[in-house]
Amino acid sequence: MKRKSIRRIFERIVQGIFTLSGSMTSIAILLIVVFLFKEGLGLFGSPEIEKGYALCVHASNTVERLHPKEVKLVFDSEIVNWKELGAGDNEIMLFRFDDIFSLYSEEELGGEDYPLLSHKLGEVIEQNPGIIAFLPKQYLPPENMPVKILSINNISPLDFFTGTEWMPTTTPAPQFGTLPLILGTLWVSIFAILIALPPGLGVAIYMSELAGEHIRKLLKPTIELLAGIPSVVYGFFGLVVLVPLIQNTLNLPVGETALAGSVILAIMALPTIITIAEDAMRNTPKAMREASLALGATHWQTIYKVIIPYAASGISAAVVLGIGRAIGETMAVMMVTGNAAVMPHSLFESVRTIPATIAAELGEAPSDGIHYQSLFLLGCVLFIITMIISVTAEMISKKRHQM
Amino acid sequence: MRRTFAQDLVIERMKRTIVLSIFLLGILSSVYAQKIKGSDTMLPLSQKEAESYMKANPSQTMIVTGGGSGVGISALIDGSTDIAQSSRKIKFDEKQRLQKAGKTTKEVIAAYDALAVVVHPDNKVKNLTREQLDGIFTGKIKNWKEVGGDDLQIIPYSRETSSGTYEFFKESVMKNKNYKNGIMSMPATGAIILSVSQTKGAVGYVGLAYLNKDVKAVNVSYDGGKTFVKPSLQTAKDGTYPIVRPLLYYYVSSSESKVKPFIDYVLSDEGQKHVADAGFITLK
Repeated sequence: MKRKSIRRIFERIVQGIFTLSGSMTSIAILLIVVFLFKEGLGLFGSPEIEKGYALCVHASNTVERLHPKEVKLVFDSEIVNWKELGAGDNEIMLFRFDDIFSLYSEEELGGEDYPLLSHKLGEVIEQNPGIIAFLPKQYLPPENMPVKILSINNISPLDFFTGTEWMPTTTPAPQFGTLPLILGTLWVSIFAILIALPPGLGVAIYMSELAGEHIRKLLKPTIELLAGIPSVVYGFFGLVVLVPLIQNTLNLPVGETALAGSVILAIMALPTIITIAEDAMRNTPKAMREASLALGATHWQTIYKVIIPYAASGISAAVVLGIGRAIGETMAVMMVTGNAAVMPHSLFESVRTIPATIAAELGEAPSDGIHYQSLFLLGCVLFIITMIISVTAEMISKKRHQM
Repeated sequence: MRRTFAQDLVIERMKRTIVLSIFLLGILSSVYAQKIKGSDTMLPLSQKEAESYMKANPSQTMIVTGGGSGVGISALIDGSTDIAQSSRKIKFDEKQRLQKAGKTTKEVIAAYDALAVVVHPDNKVKNLTREQLDGIFTGKIKNWKEVGGDDLQIIPYSRETSSGTYEFFKESVMKNKNYKNGIMSMPATGAIILSVSQTKGAVGYVGLAYLNKDVKAVNVSYDGGKTFVKPSLQTAKDGTYPIVRPLLYYYVSSSESKVKPFIDYVLSDEGQKHVADAGFITLK
């Protein structure tokens, strides 16, 4: 009697622990997502110009506001005359804050706290009608001087998602165009799956239907071993073997291409695809197989009229997990794709993926800065992409089951 | 050429292990430990210096971590490190923040580092001016024949944006202009060497210590092509080679008595021997 009640209490406790750990996991996942979005969305509340800085022009200048892209072109000396920006015909003179120290010595600026600094900056702007000066806000020239401060908007979501230049550390105006990164990620992953699917399905069919028990016992662990190889090893292999191979056989100027990334990702996604698809096929009920054979269908007809349709949901799950593996893969892709942030046009060009960008840049992006926030937002984008893919796959497999 | 990158990875691993073990050791005696934080370029050097310094002074504990020059200086501002290692000079607004926090810093040059511009060994081009390099990395010069080479597309390789080397090259060679849109960017110096040695039209930049026979270093001119200087320890030391940057330690003046023995050790003959071992240029 007593023993029974003790056991009951014990079971209750174990149940409680299980419930707790289940809810803890869900809460943890939720918190991570909330954190991701909270950090990322802060970007749209940040100014387009580096925080704490302003762009000043001469008061006679008719320009009121510059798009971040225009700011970048101006400071790269791509735009050299104000008339290209719709203002008067006047040559643009670039002035960065540090330049003041090459014009005046520390003593001339008043020593220690530089009390004369803002006045001197005002003088420089006054003397040069074509100037554009990039100055910290605390040293803006006094208001009575002929200086106009350009108005600054916050970073717009439109620029973030449709911009084609990713230069997050550019001063004065960082460029956060993520379109090449998003497309680059999808580009590499989709071709990886297209490459991996035919051999993956082939091996799965072979292993579940055609191979003898001995071969299967040998093949299965080998393939599962493939999944255990660290991605940096794949990347290393890709860099020293695949990249030169692609470069030489296709006679390309560079070997670090989207194709190299796709092939590596295809190899990495293969074990996932094979294992899941094979399991799905082997799960076809014996009765269905035998019914098909009893109706006079050949082995082949049974495979592609009965087993593959039955395993369709499992196969689509395999494809989705394969894509998931490919989209999130970081190290191997970073090592072989060249990481050039350009819009993907062909397989034979370098691309930059979202995970590679985050991995390469987060280390030195100052926390709470806009670069840091933009990387978190990229993480959000990646999260949404994978979520959309898994939801669609879920829907597909459900539909198949209803049939 | 395969070994370079493999070695690089192994060294990277070892660095991590050393950092970790020093870190663990540090937790045990963190009250007395001196912390150095900052530039990844300087990480191997500081580790070597700290190790041999601790060997010579068993009562002292040093903790060396990387993270980047900016990270190190931020840590100095909020007081979470004693010494910041930096591969660039402190910026004006960082100085301002330090002043606001009521701190003044001392700057010590520990060593110099030179960057070499490298091309494929078969490339005919021997000399490049700063203006030509500027044009190549901003994307205005696209073919080697424009700078006296074969009719071959130029493929410039850069480091990642987070790297201090990336910033320094941009500042020194490109006068703060931006790299061309969509430049190939590699996660490590070893990867640049490997890619340049495999790609006929490639050009990249690496620290002097990484030069090997798989790539060819070009002579650089900063005076419009009058004199071209070959990158070497010698030319970097005598100041004729132009792409040289100081590697710096920053510390707060008030903690001078605590960190001075280590700084003095780095500047001593023995400390400077480690500088040479790490492939950097000594002060003398």
